[in-house]
Amino acid sequence: MVNKILFNVIQVLVVMAFAPLVKGILTRLKENVQSKRGPSIFQPYRDIWKLFHKDEVVSVESSWIFRFTPYIVFVTPIFVALLIPVLTGYPLFFAFMGDMLGGGFILALGGFFATLAAIDTGNPYGPMGASRTRMVGFLAEPVFMIVFFTVSFVAGSTIPYIVHKYWVTPLTNFFEPPHVLLMLSFLMLIIAETGRIPVDNPSGHFELAMIDESKGLEYSGRGAALMKWGGSMKFFILCCIFLNVLVAPWGLAQTQHLWDVLLSIPLVLFKIFLFLLALVVIESSLAKLRLFRITEFLGAAFATAVAAMITKLLLM
Amino acid sequence: MFDPATITVMLVKLNALAGGLFLLTAFGLVATRQVFACLRIYVGQALLLAFSAILLGVLYGSVHLFFVAAITLAVKCILIPRTLRRTVGQDIYARREISQTLNVPMSLLIAVAIAFVAYAVAAPLLTISTGPNASINLPIGIAGLFLGAYTVTVRREAIPQLLGILAMENGAFFAGVAIAPDLSLIAELAAAFDVLIIALVMGLQTRKIYKYIGTTAVGEMTSLREE
Repeated sequence: MVNKILFNVIQVLVVMAFAPLVKGILTRLKENVQSKRGPSIFQPYRDIWKLFHKDEVVSVESSWIFRFTPYIVFVTPIFVALLIPVLTGYPLFFAFMGDMLGGGFILALGGFFATLAAIDTGNPYGPMGASRTRMVGFLAEPVFMIVFFTVSFVAGSTIPYIVHKYWVTPLTNFFEPPHVLLMLSFLMLIIAETGRIPVDNPSGHFELAMIDESKGLEYSGRGAALMKWGGSMKFFILCCIFLNVLVAPWGLAQTQHLWDVLLSIPLVLFKIFLFLLALVVIESSLAKLRLFRITEFLGAAFATAVAAMITKLLLM
Repeated sequence: MFDPATITVMLVKLNALAGGLFLLTAFGLVATRQVFACLRIYVGQALLLAFSAILLGVLYGSVHLFFVAAITLAVKCILIPRTLRRTVGQDIYARREISQTLNVPMSLLIAVAIAFVAYAVAAPLLTISTGPNASINLPIGIAGLFLGAYTVTVRREAIPQLLGILAMENGAFFAGVAIAPDLSLIAELAAAFDVLIIALVMGLQTRKIYKYIGTTAVGEMTSLREE
């Protein structure tokens, strides 16, 4: 009991501590692929540190939403970290509170407030980015639904701790077509949802082409730090859902010993590193899509998810 | 760990995986914009067909299916792409985007609906033939057949339409390898060379059309004109 609460806290701390590192490694790897040296992998930590020590400027035209949003964006990934398997293969103390759909709703709440805050200040680029994010969001929503329904259809549950065991017991389940197709579909969703390259360019600095970045333009000081940190935690959480729940539970702690849980931290980080390598290959070999081609990208994700469902129907 | 039962289960699952990816390539043929990418997807589909034939050959212990796989690899993965590249000029492939009657998300949604129709059509047939392989290969093969026909109707360019016809044939084979593992070799050979000739003739026709009219968007050629 006490153990499980402790592990839950460790899980949250791991997410908070290593999320900027994952962002830093991703940026560094991308620059390396383009034969540049790139910033240090610890640059996001320095950015966040610097921003925390700067003054904050808030427009007088803005309402409480603008001031409140950084905290919501920062806190929602932490709540999801309580629910999903980040380090352990068995449910922890707070895991009863929600399944994968619940986690999805909590993450969506952060996105919703970020969108409202972007409109709040009246900055012309904010609402544009916000409406585009919503466009990607509502196109991604049906795919999320189909993916979750197919997962619950295949594994018989939407609770992540039951789902991730299903894929490897027996090991032949790993090669089931619904599993492989779901992985493909969810990978496309992660790319769309976190604004990676075929959908959005996270390192672009041209306001008219921005989708995800322009929502945080108005923030400075502590607000900007929290938004940045929260964004990287959201990425970390989505990686964890993808790798630990949908791909396989390898590398997770199976026993209740403290050492086992601590050992799983480097293993999970290694898994995320491998995923980052794949993501870098995807991001470096594709061009950014035009805005109205995003429907096609997510349409392909939808077709893949439905194909997963059909093959499951056939296997029954 | 590697007792025969486990291996059989593994092979059945891998065959199902090939089926799922086959369905995905059929969707891809409907929705891909680039002509070259279409051709590559077609080659991928043929590879999956050969893979499935090999797996079923091992499962059923049938030598015929290995021949099917070999013929598929030789004809559809090597000869047809080469023929199409030779006969049709480079400038047709150089074009990036293909015109379509419907926009891409719409045609994908209809393709998904067609896949469900194929499932409904195949369900009564599955009561006759038994076995986990037929229950994967038959519906997906029929879906491949339908989606190939749909590709022909929804595309306006000649090459993707041709690939749609060839994909129909792929789908028929994909269903066939599961329900008739001992089809005589002469039939396989005949079908394979038929396809090759289709590709050659239609490729040459496309080239002629392109030479005289300057476009391969055959969907837009609706009236005859006398000179």
